[in-house]
Amino acid sequence: MGTVLLILLVVIIAVLVVYAVVTYNGLVRQRNEVEEAYRQIDVQLKRRYDLIPNLLEGVKKYFRQEQEVLGEITRARSQAMQPQSPKEQAQSEARLSGAIGNLFAVAENYPELRSDRVLLDFQEELSSTENKISFARQHYNDSVSSYNTHIQSFPAVIFARVLGFAEKEYFEAVGPERESVTVSYD
Amino acid sequence: MEEGTFRDRIAVNRRNSLLLISGFLGFVIVFGYVIGYAWLGDPTRALFGLVLAFVVGTVSGLVAYYGGDRMVLAASRAIEITHDDAPVLFNVVEEMAIAGGLPMPKVYVIEDSAPNAFATGRDPDHASVAVTSGLLQKLNRDELQGVIAHEMSHVGNYDIRYAMLVGILVGTTVLISDFFLRGLWWGGGRGRQREGGGQIQLIMILVAVVFAVLAPLFARLLQLSISRQREYLADATAVQLTRNPRGLADALQKISGDQEVLEVANRATAHLYIVNPIKKFEKRAKGLFSTHPPIEERIQILRSLETGGIPETVG
Repeated sequence: MGTVLLILLVVIIAVLVVYAVVTYNGLVRQRNEVEEAYRQIDVQLKRRYDLIPNLLEGVKKYFRQEQEVLGEITRARSQAMQPQSPKEQAQSEARLSGAIGNLFAVAENYPELRSDRVLLDFQEELSSTENKISFARQHYNDSVSSYNTHIQSFPAVIFARVLGFAEKEYFEAVGPERESVTVSYD
Repeated sequence: MEEGTFRDRIAVNRRNSLLLISGFLGFVIVFGYVIGYAWLGDPTRALFGLVLAFVVGTVSGLVAYYGGDRMVLAASRAIEITHDDAPVLFNVVEEMAIAGGLPMPKVYVIEDSAPNAFATGRDPDHASVAVTSGLLQKLNRDELQGVIAHEMSHVGNYDIRYAMLVGILVGTTVLISDFFLRGLWWGGGRGRQREGGGQIQLIMILVAVVFAVLAPLFARLLQLSISRQREYLADATAVQLTRNPRGLADALQKISGDQEVLEVANRATAHLYIVNPIKKFEKRAKGLFSTHPPIEERIQILRSLETGGIPETVG
């Protein structure tokens, strides 16, 4: 009788240990995914900084009348590239996105440019850059969502906090909601 | 992304891929032994057929796993492109890879006016997405994004691995069986003229013929059974990536309404495409014998998401 109980106990403990290991590994994997998703946002933001000077150089001649709009993009870019607190960072990224949105808006004033290949390519690159940033943020939020759900659910909730798995914060858009940029390719 | 179901999907696809390769290897070995027996006329010498079949089976399994994507792409006459060849397509693929947290796949274009697309590869690190030039001409950016998101969903949950293996191994099974049946017709007499064996040898030939006739049928059924549920799932995941059900719904409508026929699609690759490229087949055989769910139903589900709002994970 004693041995049966002992065996039963050992089996139960073994099952619990395996379960804990699997859950722990799952949490680690998800936490890494969240961190990787966060880095991906930075990658995309840096990509935008690198792209802007080249792109603007290519279309400068089309927008001679719009020095103010172009200047604002350049200024917003340099501001965003400064080292700063995350909150300020988010604000200057929003400013940069806004400035780029403005350029798209003024481009509407030049109907003759609408069929210009160079300009269409430029618009595609710039709007895709914006898309990539927002998709990177969306992916980050998706990863945070499933990670947070996991550590808040049973059984992970029992030991997640003890083992140092804290909930992650969502990325939230700062400043005025960015207007979505639509480019027609028909 | 619903973590649980997604992980389950990956596990199922990995397991099915393993089962498929094992099943294929098993078939080849048994077939090899039976043919060896029928040909050489005794059980010991038949082992030669078994060993040969094992080698052939292992090699073709490895080739299918590591080179299947290149075979599928070559058979579809797909050409790899860079960003400057088709900037919009390349950007959209990049955007959807980012949205799904997946590595950037290779991008291919098939010169064909029929709009369609597929993804292939053994895992997300070795994935390729191919679209036809007709798709690029006929869809706008949002629609293209929906299609690419659908393909990236197949990439992310390892549908591509299983589908690729099915395509190649089904094709190989058909080829082996065909080869045997033709061989039997033209030169099969040689073995039977030997002394000894006699009746068993004759039975073995019959068994081999039955195998050769049934295997391709079975392989084909396997191919037909795989892709219906997957398409709904990939549509749903695509919407989670784009947050825009209308793009994919409009795309499916355009693709299914198109009258052109995709020349490069064949029976071995048909199940890979987002919309069944073999149109006559879809009309002829509904239900069990269709590799794709009825397109109207898929569009209807997407439309209902459109009006009901998207269930976003994040507010």
